[in-house]
Amino acid sequence: MVSMRDYSRDELLVFLDEAVRFEGYERPILRGKVLGSLFFEPSTRTNLSFSSAMQRLGGSVLGFADSKVSSTAKGESLKDTIRVCQNYCDIILIRHPLEGAARLAAESTDLPVINAGDGTNQHPTQTLLDLYTIRQKRGRLDNLKIAFIGDLKYSRTVHSLIETLTHFDNEIFLVSPQSLRIPPEFIEELDARGTVYSEDEDFFSIASDVDILYTTRIQQERFPDPVEYEKVKNAYRIDRASIERIGENVTVMHPLPRLAEISRDLDDYPGSAYFDQARNGVTVRKAVLSMLLGVPRE
Amino acid sequence: MSERTAPERAPDRASPERPGAERSEPQIKVSALREGTVIDHLVAGTALKVLSVLGIKFEGAVTIGLNLDSRKAGRKDIIKIERREVSPEEVAKIALISPRATFSIIRDFQVVEKFKPELPDLIENLIRCPNPSCVSSASSVPTKFTVLRADPVRVRCHYCERSLKKEEIELL
Repeated sequence: MVSMRDYSRDELLVFLDEAVRFEGYERPILRGKVLGSLFFEPSTRTNLSFSSAMQRLGGSVLGFADSKVSSTAKGESLKDTIRVCQNYCDIILIRHPLEGAARLAAESTDLPVINAGDGTNQHPTQTLLDLYTIRQKRGRLDNLKIAFIGDLKYSRTVHSLIETLTHFDNEIFLVSPQSLRIPPEFIEELDARGTVYSEDEDFFSIASDVDILYTTRIQQERFPDPVEYEKVKNAYRIDRASIERIGENVTVMHPLPRLAEISRDLDDYPGSAYFDQARNGVTVRKAVLSMLLGVPRE
Repeated sequence: MSERTAPERAPDRASPERPGAERSEPQIKVSALREGTVIDHLVAGTALKVLSVLGIKFEGAVTIGLNLDSRKAGRKDIIKIERREVSPEEVAKIALISPRATFSIIRDFQVVEKFKPELPDLIENLIRCPNPSCVSSASSVPTKFTVLRADPVRVRCHYCERSLKKEEIELL
């Protein structure tokens, strides 16, 4: 599983349907199977979430969480690292700072490879868990009004989810400061797919009956001028008052970690789904591991 | 991968769209080719880039027409190369530069083959990925690009998945 672009709408639905069957499921169907977890750059949630999914199904995990402790630090090529590691495991999970590294890894071995994030390119299981959460909270993946708010320029999560949502029939609202607008190629993609969308800077310009509010962290390091960052950092802060203004029926999502963009007074709001996303990550990853290893749920 | 047509008389003018046909536009008279290739309907201004794709070592004469009148495109470039045929890789590269080019292969003054290039679905090791964070830039990995659209050209890097417009494409 390298890229969401490799999957059709029907194939995505197969993964999501299978994930439903893994909700709360903890039988040791993957006993004897080993996940090779190769993290060439740090990660907390993805790494722990995959380890949890593997271990909850009885499998085991080996690998490294920092390329400084791997042979890469000695100059070993990625292809060689994969060729060596394939002898130690049954499935490979890779996070790498270079875009396309997971694709190259998949071409270097016959084992299944899961992309846990390659630079700013893809993080397919994050997109799957976002789709899973949307369907769980709203009961469908079509005919929704979905607003993306914050850093739409650099957010890999947002790009992948927006592009994948073009398989479905929804209305998309894109709200960001001018400097963090979504790149033109994604707009072209929306146009080509006939997706209904609008772009705006004003958070309250979005429809009052929006179903999903997908917020992202505005990253300070993206702003060369700290004054510019100060101007926008709180522009898209969501709190209880803003939810009351746009409608109490909205589901609030965020890939986490959050900073100031979601107020803590929203944590007990019934529509807050960001911690559910983290929980669903384990469920979805259990299904992905089971399907890619060819070991179905008993 | 290309549309081929039946042999015809070799073009002896710089605009060989319909050899022998009456033309209302001014034409440049050049000598007929005995053996070689005529690359016509190049986007105006691209002939020198096409020549660089073909390399600069030629055994025979090379005739270049720049910014000529064209009924179809308004302006066009044309190249006639003596004693030189083009490889499939060269055709693919030229298609990236000028997707509507036509190729006429001449043998013994006859057009033995005439075709328009068609880009393959996957272009291997012809384009450099400009993304410095792409694994194909950082490692010695042969590049691969999926053709999203032939005209105007749009390709996507097989590895970093960045899509490139024609003006962003840099040939290896």
